[in-house]
Amino acid sequence: MSDNDILTEIYRDQMYNLLQRQERGDGRALDEYREISIETGVLERAEGSAIVTIGDSKVAVGIKMQPGEPFPDTPDVGVIITNAELIPLASPTFESGPPGEVAVELARVVDRGVRESKAIDLKKLCLVEGEKVWLIFIDIHMLDHGGNLLDAASLGAIAALLTTKIPNKQYDLAEEDEPLPIVDIPVAVSMIELEGNLLVDPDYIEEAVASTQLTIISNRDGTLSGMQKMGSGPISLELLEKAVELGIRKGQEIREKYLYPLMNEIPRL
Amino acid sequence: MADGVYTFFKDGLRLDGRRKDELRPLKIEAGVLKRADGSCYLEHGGNKVMAAVYGPREVHPRHLHNVTQAIVRYKYNMASFSVDERKRPGPDRRSIEISKVSREAMESVVLKERFPRTAIDVFVEVLQSDAGTRAAGINAASVAMADAGIPMKGLVTSCAFGKIDGEVVLDLCKEEDNYGEADVPVAMIPRTGDITMIQMDGHLTFDEFKEGMKLAIRGCDQIYELQREALIEKHQNDLKAKE
Repeated sequence: MSDNDILTEIYRDQMYNLLQRQERGDGRALDEYREISIETGVLERAEGSAIVTIGDSKVAVGIKMQPGEPFPDTPDVGVIITNAELIPLASPTFESGPPGEVAVELARVVDRGVRESKAIDLKKLCLVEGEKVWLIFIDIHMLDHGGNLLDAASLGAIAALLTTKIPNKQYDLAEEDEPLPIVDIPVAVSMIELEGNLLVDPDYIEEAVASTQLTIISNRDGTLSGMQKMGSGPISLELLEKAVELGIRKGQEIREKYLYPLMNEIPRL
Repeated sequence: MADGVYTFFKDGLRLDGRRKDELRPLKIEAGVLKRADGSCYLEHGGNKVMAAVYGPREVHPRHLHNVTQAIVRYKYNMASFSVDERKRPGPDRRSIEISKVSREAMESVVLKERFPRTAIDVFVEVLQSDAGTRAAGINAASVAMADAGIPMKGLVTSCAFGKIDGEVVLDLCKEEDNYGEADVPVAMIPRTGDITMIQMDGHLTFDEFKEGMKLAIRGCDQIYELQREALIEKHQNDLKAKE
């Protein structure tokens, strides 16, 4: 057993005791997020960027755009490419090298949220049909692992996209850079299941203790655009449905509190 | 997208003549490989998958072993010829994710603490794909696990539901998957009713989600019966061979 495993065992007992009284280690309600902060436009070389913190977790997202070839089966739409790096800077458990399964899964879930919610009107990103479209690279770097990196990454991705300027000038395509055509705002809400309870926004320890984690991605109109269960623990249908409802509700709260304000700076929405 | 040119229903039935709550035909056979400790061949619609289980066996590389329980490893692989346009061999991001969620779907039924310091390796090879390969893989892997004699709390069964033309349907076929509005693969333990995998992409309301889950659970119950039959048949044949 590593030190980490032993700590996890100790915290597990403590958490179960607290849960008897519906309490959590840091005093939060079960459905309460830690403090969230979003800074956008912080990285000047990127077309859009955001640094998001949720509690102790910190994630940087950069958006780069360049003209490139479309996929043969979708010749008239822009392309989204999402990548996540769990760099060793962020945690003693992260290692250098190609992305592992956790990083791949995280990137694909964030990607699915952006893609399936149709957050970006990709048809407007076609330059020459079949030849040239805008490629949007969403690159996510974890800086500090304090648990629930997925929500931070997803929030960072959408915040960065909301503030992205298409680099028309750089590629001699138009006189002015313009904002991305954003039409929806997906929000990912993650939670763990413990003893029949759902704990929103798990911190590092809670995440280590739990064997079932769920991420619910919802849109402005309260519909779902993505979902992923992670971890080897099972969950009942009843609790799953509760989780979906909770995810939609918390998603709406986050959108209103943190993302709509970003949009006020952009007159087109 | 559909754009009105593509319709998925004719006289209330789907492109392949199925009802909304109907599975594609399934064929499951246990114990098809000689070298593996357990194996299964499964056809589900146009999917053809083979699963093999090795173990519990020594862990390589050694440092991965766990002193308190067995580790479970799951490799989902698509053959290059399993799709219309040749797939580059080897793992890609999609198969890495599928391997992870499939392993997690199986792990909770395996009595891992019975075999400390060992590995249970599951290999799933997709020979022909037709939407729903991860579900087919899990269904085959589950039978292969049982065939290998690995103690489990129950079989794991998987199928997907989706949405086409605004209708929630069970078990999407390839055309439906390509043009459909949502795809939700589900895995569960029919014996307990617990859900061990759920993924979703597309667009669904909460009510559609609940409706779809009902379909998926009923679908899983039907597949579960076929998994059991395959295992029973295998053991009856083994007995006959001994006599």
